[in-house]
Amino acid sequence: MSKQQEKRPLLEARDVSEVFGGLKAVSDFNFHINKGELVGLIGPNGAGKTTVFNLFTGVYQPTTGEIRLDGRSLTGKRPYQITQMGIARTFQNIRLFSELTVLDNVKIAFHNHVKYNVLEAVLRVGRYYAEEERIEAQSLRLLDIFHLKDKAGELAKNLPYGAQRRLEIARALAAGPKLLLLDEPAAGMNPQETQELMEMIRWIRKEFGLTVLLIEHDMSLVMGICERIYVLEYGMVIASGTPEEVQKDPEVIRAYLGGE
Amino acid sequence: MFKGMKYLRKNDAIMLGFAIVLFAVLQGLVTGRVLSSFWQLNVLIIGINIIMAVSLNLINGYTGQFSLGHAGFMAVGAYVGVVLTTNFHAPFVVALLAGGAAAAFLGVLIGIPTLRLSGDYLAIATLGLGEIIRIVIMNIEYVGGAAGFKGIPHLTNLAWVFWVTVIALFFIKNFVNAQPGRACLAIRENEIAAESMGVNTTKYKVMAFAIGAGFAGIAGGLFAHCFYLISPASFTFMASFNYLIMVVMGGMGSITGSIAGAFVVTFLSAALASWPEFRMIIYALALIFLMFYRPQGLFGYMEITNMGPFRKIFGRPQAQKLKGGKADE
Ligand SMILES: Nc1ncnc2c1ncn2[C@@H]1O[C@H](COP(=O)(O)OP(=O)(O)O)[C@@H](O)[C@H]1O
Ligand SMILES: [Mg+2]
Repeated sequence: MSKQQEKRPLLEARDVSEVFGGLKAVSDFNFHINKGELVGLIGPNGAGKTTVFNLFTGVYQPTTGEIRLDGRSLTGKRPYQITQMGIARTFQNIRLFSELTVLDNVKIAFHNHVKYNVLEAVLRVGRYYAEEERIEAQSLRLLDIFHLKDKAGELAKNLPYGAQRRLEIARALAAGPKLLLLDEPAAGMNPQETQELMEMIRWIRKEFGLTVLLIEHDMSLVMGICERIYVLEYGMVIASGTPEEVQKDPEVIRAYLGGE
Repeated sequence: MFKGMKYLRKNDAIMLGFAIVLFAVLQGLVTGRVLSSFWQLNVLIIGINIIMAVSLNLINGYTGQFSLGHAGFMAVGAYVGVVLTTNFHAPFVVALLAGGAAAAFLGVLIGIPTLRLSGDYLAIATLGLGEIIRIVIMNIEYVGGAAGFKGIPHLTNLAWVFWVTVIALFFIKNFVNAQPGRACLAIRENEIAAESMGVNTTKYKVMAFAIGAGFAGIAGGLFAHCFYLISPASFTFMASFNYLIMVVMGGMGSITGSIAGAFVVTFLSAALASWPEFRMIIYALALIFLMFYRPQGLFGYMEITNMGPFRKIFGRPQAQKLKGGKADE
């Protein structure tokens, strides 16, 4: 029993399916990620990758099956509760707080780590000033890591595309996750930006002791960085394993090269 | 100890100093009978309307929840207040607080089911609820029904209105510049992202709704005690619409804007008091004009403290300036 607990994955999905009307977006999905791993989830457009993230974060509830974080079931949990339990994410279609400043975008994500109450905030007494100062300093540090400190006072909507994607990651980190889910973080970036981003992901993972799950539809990109990869097609896992194993898999070659 | 955020304290002190000077001037105008009794009443109404506009702005502008029933909460505060002072001889402050608490409580009760709705549906639901509150009051014989409640002691004066307004403004300013208020802003900007960053969106929507309703209740208590008689006719949908105009005109998400909106609308109403039809036409034209040329309202999301020369006074200290923008309190 104790041995089993030691090996317990950080996040685990068992026989998870998600049905939208008649469409089975995800079927019999089995998945696990261990603490500290960097895992990729790849597959063609419409394969169900984002749906998997929405299931992991409580945006959707699984039609069947169960998802567990640290052994605790996520069934029935709302997204904010799952964030409190230690999962943070970014969005493929960027969802920043666009009319707010870059700094405020990050500050908001410290929501569950702020130690003053409404009364202290309104009366500006007690821990208010000290906590505001701490949050601001930590937010600026995160922005610095993602080369956004110079833009702290700018509105998020005015950032260039690549910077918006980086801000999404900075914001997710501010939520203090154990597990970070990145949904196509390099989409729309040029090759040099992508390369820098992958370096950054590697670095923050070490620096923050994170477990990272990365969605990408460009296979070559994840090959270099991920330790394990799941390949999704039509909502089903068609292959999983190390990048080398997956690359050689005939099913994967067929799915990606379009062979019959 | 709080070196970095000390400029916020300095700003609060400056604003409070300004408030004291403004109060002295207004009180002088009243005591010296420079203002006619008509304009004296209007000064009180401006203050009350500022409370109504800024509290509605917390719900509509900052949290992005389109509420159209604000006059209903005002009515609750007004009636609870007048019953307490007139029938039970309660102190005015008790009556105001009880009215505010009753309205906030009703806000929570109404908010929990309705705030699940979004956009137009929420607007329609709150509009309906505002009317229901009014119709219920109209049918309570104890408070005079449709004829109204008579014999209210004239307790509201400049000092009460002015300092309650100042408290309301500080309360909402401090709220939106702290974590709970940022959670509300996040909901307005993107509900899914807010929830994903750990914000319990239901809780903060209800909180904003309750605070807004509470201040509307307090404003209702102040309003009722300006007169000998109040009737449900003061709290119709048209009144809610009036407060909405103040918020939209001033800027959804700007306290400065709500103050300006309350000023403009109250002055227009007062100046055009003898031509009520004309008033509605001017409102409509002003709104159409605004939607064409400045859809974000007079102030948009801006506050006077980060505009032009005021930035020098209220801005961050040089060492802490944020690069790339103009975002201060
Ligand atoms: N909320 C939804 N309602 C209906 N269909 C959906 C919904 N979300 C996703 N889908 C469908 O599920 C399938 C998988 O989508 P998605 O997970 O976004 O794919 P991917 O991220 O791999 O490109 C698509 O066919 C998509 O149209
Ligand atoms: Mg996707």
